[in-house]
Amino acid sequence: MSEAPRLSPHARLRHDAARGQWVLLAPERVLVLDETSHAILALLDGTRDVAAIAAQLAAEYDAPAEEIAADVAAVLDDLRAQGLVRP
Amino acid sequence: MSGSIPPPIGLLAELTHRCPLGCPYCSNPTDLEKRGAELDTATWQRVMREAAALGVLQLHLSGGEPAARPDLEAITATAAEAGLYTNLITSGVLLNGARLRALADAGLAHVQLSLQHAEAAAADRIGNFRGGHARKLALVEGIHAAGLALTINVVLHRGNLDSVEAMIALAERLGAGRLEIAHTQYHGWALRNRAALMPSAAQVAESRATVLAARERLQGRMAIDFVAPDYHASRPKACMGGWGRQFLNVTPSGAVLPCHAAETIPGLSFPRVTEQSLAGIWYGAEAFNRFRGTAWMPEPCRSCDRREVDWGGCRCQALALTGDATQADPACALSPHRAALLAALEAPAEDSLAFRR
Repeated sequence: MSEAPRLSPHARLRHDAARGQWVLLAPERVLVLDETSHAILALLDGTRDVAAIAAQLAAEYDAPAEEIAADVAAVLDDLRAQGLVRP
Repeated sequence: MSGSIPPPIGLLAELTHRCPLGCPYCSNPTDLEKRGAELDTATWQRVMREAAALGVLQLHLSGGEPAARPDLEAITATAAEAGLYTNLITSGVLLNGARLRALADAGLAHVQLSLQHAEAAAADRIGNFRGGHARKLALVEGIHAAGLALTINVVLHRGNLDSVEAMIALAERLGAGRLEIAHTQYHGWALRNRAALMPSAAQVAESRATVLAARERLQGRMAIDFVAPDYHASRPKACMGGWGRQFLNVTPSGAVLPCHAAETIPGLSFPRVTEQSLAGIWYGAEAFNRFRGTAWMPEPCRSCDRREVDWGGCRCQALALTGDATQADPACALSPHRAALLAALEAPAEDSLAFRR
């Protein structure tokens, strides 16, 4: 099993009630999350690996697991490059 | 008008103007607020809750030195509980491992620690505080031990441009996730010391090249943000993201400002959090609406296709350079007052600095 990704300690996921959206907060950064990104980040708990996250989302959204896995990997790679997700 | 005004994203809370350091580039006003005028703990806590309810996402606890307040932990806890992303902007010299752990427990997300120079003697000279640099370096271990994310902040001026490369290396060695290298903005004490702080165009270009090369080299290890100096630019910055658009600032005594230097502008009065709610001030105060949007703009801003990009630049800088806060920021090459900025650039360099106190 590959290592389970988690949010970096300085990144905080929260609902922004004033604007009706989910955001990921970091120093000097407010990342507005679309539905897909939020669904992925909400599952980061340090125990699920990418495959487990994709499987869960595939079941929830009734979509092919391979497609979802590619989306999950892309979102996490992007956030990793920004230092918001580890490892 | 509140229907068209977006809620603020960030709050800069100047908990106190007191600071053990005396940096001559400080952006605090030269007329510093006294301890006796500071808001009490309960009022700051109410401000934090009101800010979160208003839509503020990020809180910057600043000063002066915010750790000069013994209730920093209590204020932090309330802010984090309200859901604010809480960032501590500190000189570090009043903190220790125990306080950092308490702050982390209170929900602090991030620490921004200032350095004045890579070498202790020069750093202590700039901060006018003997032993300060060593204390800062010693504190870093405690920041990591408390599990807090670290940004190193460096303000550039003529007195430390010899140290850019070394400061980048030091930030890397200290394990900073992020480094912010910002040229001095000339407000408050920095404006008073402008002739002694102002770098040459060649020095600015060199600092930029050094930072860009380091950013490339350190990609994925340490993020580097570079803030170029307004005076050497040909287009202004969108100061604070535009007046009354994204940020508000609360002074130690509770005045609510669109930016930290706004009190220099004559004819504006700023309501206090002890008189009105934060939301009432954000949406309704005349001072916030005075330079909101584009309707207030004279030419050349009024017909400029960048008017909603830079929002006319900085009002306080326009005031400082032209005597009139309604003018285009002379950081713009299109400003009819550009000569005032160029004159400041060409003014003979001075050696004597007034340390803030």
